[in-house]
Amino acid sequence: MHIAVCVKQVPDSTEVKINPETGTLIRAGVPSIINPYDHFALQTAMELKAANGFRVTVVSMGPPQARSVVQMGLALGADDGVLLSDMAFAGSDTWSTSYALAKAMKKIGKVDIILAGMQAIDGDTAQTGPGIAQQLGIPQVSFCVKVDVDGRKLIVRRLIDGGHEIVETRAPALLTMIMPKDYVSKYPSFPAVHSSLKKPCHTWSAADIGAEAQYLGLKGSPTQVAKIYPPPQREKAAMSGGSSQEAVEKILEILARENFVE
Amino acid sequence: MINVSPKCIGCNKCVPVCPFAAIQLIDKKAVINEACTLCGACVQVCPVQAIEISREETATRDLGGYKGVWVFVELVEDRAVGGAAKEGGQPAHAKQGRKIRPVTFELLSIGRKLADQLGEELCAVLLTDKNYGYEKDLGAYGADKVYLVENPELYEYNTDIFSTAIVALTHKHKPSIMLYGATIMGRDLAPRVASSLYTGLTADCTALAIKDGQLLQSRPAFGGNIMADILSPRSRPQMSTVRPNVMKLSDPIYGKIAVTVREDIKIDKGLRRVKVLERKLEKADAGVKLDEARVIVSGGRGMKTKERFKHLEELCRLLGGVVGASRGAVDMGLKDKTHQVGQSGTTVSPKLYLSFGISGAVQHIVGMKASDVIVAVNNDPDAPIFNVAKYGIVGDAHEIAPKLIEALKKRKP
Repeated sequence: MHIAVCVKQVPDSTEVKINPETGTLIRAGVPSIINPYDHFALQTAMELKAANGFRVTVVSMGPPQARSVVQMGLALGADDGVLLSDMAFAGSDTWSTSYALAKAMKKIGKVDIILAGMQAIDGDTAQTGPGIAQQLGIPQVSFCVKVDVDGRKLIVRRLIDGGHEIVETRAPALLTMIMPKDYVSKYPSFPAVHSSLKKPCHTWSAADIGAEAQYLGLKGSPTQVAKIYPPPQREKAAMSGGSSQEAVEKILEILARENFVE
Repeated sequence: MINVSPKCIGCNKCVPVCPFAAIQLIDKKAVINEACTLCGACVQVCPVQAIEISREETATRDLGGYKGVWVFVELVEDRAVGGAAKEGGQPAHAKQGRKIRPVTFELLSIGRKLADQLGEELCAVLLTDKNYGYEKDLGAYGADKVYLVENPELYEYNTDIFSTAIVALTHKHKPSIMLYGATIMGRDLAPRVASSLYTGLTADCTALAIKDGQLLQSRPAFGGNIMADILSPRSRPQMSTVRPNVMKLSDPIYGKIAVTVREDIKIDKGLRRVKVLERKLEKADAGVKLDEARVIVSGGRGMKTKERFKHLEELCRLLGGVVGASRGAVDMGLKDKTHQVGQSGTTVSPKLYLSFGISGAVQHIVGMKASDVIVAVNNDPDAPIFNVAKYGIVGDAHEIAPKLIEALKKRKP
């Protein structure tokens, strides 16, 4: 079996810069990390690899510096790395990103399981994973916390509203991952980082994966950012203090004023 | 336009991948009919590159024929009646019927405004194994019409089955706008549908409006540090998800019943590629629906002990709310993780967020700052939570909470 893990480089900082002309994010100069959900997906892949001897390919799309998250995947134990990097991808929304990643999966060849983080912490959309699955015509299971593989059969524990489900599907399938409560993220050791530098890490362009320009980038994305602006500022809180009894009276007054008590 | 060149070898690879069943093999050649949406699924699988979509046509898709605002109706198992699935058959809840999730009514409320502005219909899309007169409530909240697909295979949510049915309905009726709750179900379903239709989808919208005939979608990004206005100018339907409790609920007008339009959609059992083996719902009183709560009373480290934290549960009962907790409180073992509000817990947007002893770490603020009215009690006047609160009370949370309980009890007869 062959697992592909989709990872994204995201800004580590809450400091966000915006290109005022295009309304898109300027990523350069902001410290970057691997998206935490993708980190968990990588760890899940490594556990499956350790238990079953699967091959793992880590795939990312982004500017050249996004290579560092692919390298991170290799250092954690992935066998191959692929970075999709091309000016043609710039400004892609979730549809176009899914399209490019699905094309990359086809080029990689026989992929049995695709793992991705549930969502990225910069966009919070949770749309790219299901988009890839749809483009490849394979089933998806979202919000998974645990995966067991038995032959071609995948037994997955996933969150649902108000609880969880155990579901069964068959490879090929795409799973989006969310950390369980007891999760601890692992980081590669220095020797692992060092030896990972010898592992294959390919950079592919739009042409390499056979992606058509009309579906990529700003031009090919169905959604367009019309405007980016700071969120409306809240007024400073109306403060009060005093004794506990005074505080209670104040809270009651507020609850009444805001119609939460009669 | 889409073209099949004479290179076609009649291999039949494109026929099953078409999400719209728009391809037939006639005389060993692929023939594409008008059901085609130029999604390109066939192009990708063609081994001889015989199918081509020309760029000019995709850039100018005809949008004029798309009319109406659609709302996806999310049904949930009623936890009060228990929802454990029976072995190997229909879940136990099916007898009582599932409930419409409140976010559906919130979407209908905003959908009604959008539809009125456009002068178009508001339609609810209902996929279920059995219709329990849902059209009454859907109509009360503004739906003109209910597109009902009633089929035994729809007894529970399944990505492939639901998305295939919705894509088929969309294709038939061509709505201009389609709204989903940003719930676990909506966030699984909407992207699959949008991907299929090659149309724009905007997640977690906090405001929706019509501007020059288009849907203007506003959403926060980067943990709420920026706002973005998003358009889907070249494709239809314009799709959005909206979190529970974000849109204002309109007053229902009972007696206004939506017209039910039955849709006969064939559902292939083979589409159920993901099968549910087991479902575990938390018990009714343990089921913490933080994301849907109207009132949240939340506690942090400042509550100090488990016993004192219990006061917040009592406050919740008095105010009709749900208990939340900061990560600090969870780490101290004052409350279990299912109650955690924040980046690594649940993002909430209640009408009232009443916090006790929470200082307001960034990861907590991100998860609750969308609340309507925030009342914060903390003994540190410089606590960051006061930067997002509407009302700040400087004092000892663990002392104030029990006194507030007494005071509230006195007020209630």
